[in-house]
Amino acid sequence: MSQHVLSLLVEDRPGLLTRVAGLFARRGFNIESLAVGATEVEGLSRITVVVNVDGLPLEQVTKQLNKLINVIKVVELDAETTVERDHMLIKVRTDAATRSQVLEAVTLFRARVIDVASDALIIEVTGETAKCQAFIKVLEPFGIKELVQSGVLAIGRGSKSITEKVLK
Amino acid sequence: MANEVLTGAQAIVRSLELLGVTDIFGLPGGAILPTYDPLMDSTKIRHILVRHEQGAGHAAEGYASASGKLGVCIATSGPGATNLVTAIADAHMDSVPLLAITGQVNSTSIGTDAFQEADIVGITMPITKHSFLVTKAEDIPAVLASAVLIATTGRPGPVLVDIAKDAQNGKAEFIWPPKIDLPGYKPVTKPHGKQIQAAAQLIKDAKRPVLYVGGGIVRAGAHLELLELAKIIGAPVVTTLMARGAYPDSDEQNLGMPGMHGTVPAVTALQRSDLLITLGARFDDRVTGQVKTFAVGAKVIHVDIDPAEIGKIRFADVPIVGDAKEVITELNTELKADLKGNKPDIAEWWAFLNDLRTRYPLGYTQPDDGKMSPQFVISRIGELSGPEAIFAAGVGQHQMWSAQFIKYERPNSWLNSGGAGTMGYAVPAAMGAKVAQPERLVWAIDGDGCFQMTNQELATCTINNIPIKVAIINNSSLGMVRQWQTLFYNSRYSNTDLNTGTDTIMVPDFVKLAEAYGCLGIRVEKEEDVDAAIKLAMETNDRPVVIDFIVGRDAMVWPMVPAGLSNDAVQFAKDERPVWEEGEEE
Repeated sequence: MSQHVLSLLVEDRPGLLTRVAGLFARRGFNIESLAVGATEVEGLSRITVVVNVDGLPLEQVTKQLNKLINVIKVVELDAETTVERDHMLIKVRTDAATRSQVLEAVTLFRARVIDVASDALIIEVTGETAKCQAFIKVLEPFGIKELVQSGVLAIGRGSKSITEKVLK
Repeated sequence: MANEVLTGAQAIVRSLELLGVTDIFGLPGGAILPTYDPLMDSTKIRHILVRHEQGAGHAAEGYASASGKLGVCIATSGPGATNLVTAIADAHMDSVPLLAITGQVNSTSIGTDAFQEADIVGITMPITKHSFLVTKAEDIPAVLASAVLIATTGRPGPVLVDIAKDAQNGKAEFIWPPKIDLPGYKPVTKPHGKQIQAAAQLIKDAKRPVLYVGGGIVRAGAHLELLELAKIIGAPVVTTLMARGAYPDSDEQNLGMPGMHGTVPAVTALQRSDLLITLGARFDDRVTGQVKTFAVGAKVIHVDIDPAEIGKIRFADVPIVGDAKEVITELNTELKADLKGNKPDIAEWWAFLNDLRTRYPLGYTQPDDGKMSPQFVISRIGELSGPEAIFAAGVGQHQMWSAQFIKYERPNSWLNSGGAGTMGYAVPAAMGAKVAQPERLVWAIDGDGCFQMTNQELATCTINNIPIKVAIINNSSLGMVRQWQTLFYNSRYSNTDLNTGTDTIMVPDFVKLAEAYGCLGIRVEKEEDVDAAIKLAMETNDRPVVIDFIVGRDAMVWPMVPAGLSNDAVQFAKDERPVWEEGEEE
């Protein structure tokens, strides 16, 4: 099995997410990561889904997604021509002794501290999945109290847009 | 001139009228009450009041399947809507164009667990082609027009429109035609020219081609194009359960039905083929048996309007997405130009298949218990009624025998629940078919188990003057389950006895039940009385007719490929496997 990033251009309609998520569940696909949000076009949303699946079943799920009336377009984004980003907020245990080490890691990973308390820091990090995972590894020894993350966001490189042909 | 202002309820009725709907099956209740008021005044729409919403759903399916038109059913919120679920699922599996309209509680009460509230859009999401929740009166015309478009185009299917009560009561300008905005819905009907050429090439090169014909041909109305294609290339034809009637049974190229209970020649033709010309069929497990051993030597041309069917089960060497009628028309043009009146030489293939046909014709033996043979009864119904009649079956043995022993000559003459396997389909589906095609003779061929699931619609038939004929193939048991218990569970008959036979306590007595519903009830126990009863039923048109045919309970459906096994394991009778070539030993 291999990891695939699907980008769905969808109509922003009630129940849309249920239709998409339900389809994955019904056909036996596990969603690794999911990110949903508005696009540059009013009424259209973009869903980025990461799935772990073989090529043939992926083709089937893509076709099934295309059958959903509110799904306008489904594109598989391949790693080489795509920019991908994860976004995480991490609450790390710190004290006077460890704070400077944690701050050093923050600098090295080009992350940012967004909240400070006497016994913890909240750190924001953005980047490719591998970088974010590496950062977590570094922070783990200090004690990660909480971690939240967005799904992977992905967009094709260059000037082309997924919405281009749709709007004509 | 300013547009007319209508209530949402009036807009529903007006939109349906303008969309060409003439018949609706339904049952009112609180949340759909506003719509039933203007419906009463419609001169264009006949509403038929059913006795259970499932009946409305199957009636709408039967209506659609018999006529090729959209079927419409309507129900109230909560249990009214959930009672439609089985029929909606059934229509989804068999690609039936169905519009289901449900009332919903006031939009302000949605999500509060209000009285008779059910999230029917959520419940039916996996079993509809699409669904809509309408909370504003002004959205009604566009939603209904979109729903009908989606249900009837591309691969047909069920669409649910759930309309909140306050949307029905609200007022809005009625604008027609409404603007339909479906940017994500673009069914492909026209095939790719290169694929047509590739398909033609494979057909010309094939030595053992088979036209594997599915229900898509019936839905697309592509039977004449199919006939022409078959004549151009001279290949054998197999018609799946959903495609019975798509190609005339009287034609010598028709080998009959393939699959679990298919004929030996049809099953073998697929199995030994070198080219499956797959038209509107979907490699259902009941056709393929074990997939990895199915037709291993065959290349595949797969024509379907639904791209997701292509490659789902079986790799397609030549995939063609398009409407069957358009695809076959183009294929015929291409082949005619290429072949110039010559047919590919497949004489050897035909010799092999004709030999199987001679040695393994469909047949049956007389039951040991002295009762009538169900196959005989069903054959006589088919023979006396003729190809212009419509036959709707329930699910089980009687369904398989009806598919095998009735000869179909035209599409839409055979209605059944193929994909979902819904017991109880026959009576309401026959009712719907008779409403769609009142001039035709319509039979429900039902089992004693199936009949007891939906027979309340006989009341609907009697009261609304819908004179269907019901043939109960009464073996006093859940026959197909019993057959499996005989074959695979050491004849331990767990919960399959229904006690409806003449040598049981006969609960219920189907003749008395028929009479209670105002139908003519007839019981037939001897084969010499079969014809007279069928003829009497055919002559009786002032009320529905129910014939209780008492048949042997040990009769089995043969041939059979046991579930999960390879089609090579087909048996034409119990423990009897065909010898493929003369002189071949196992």
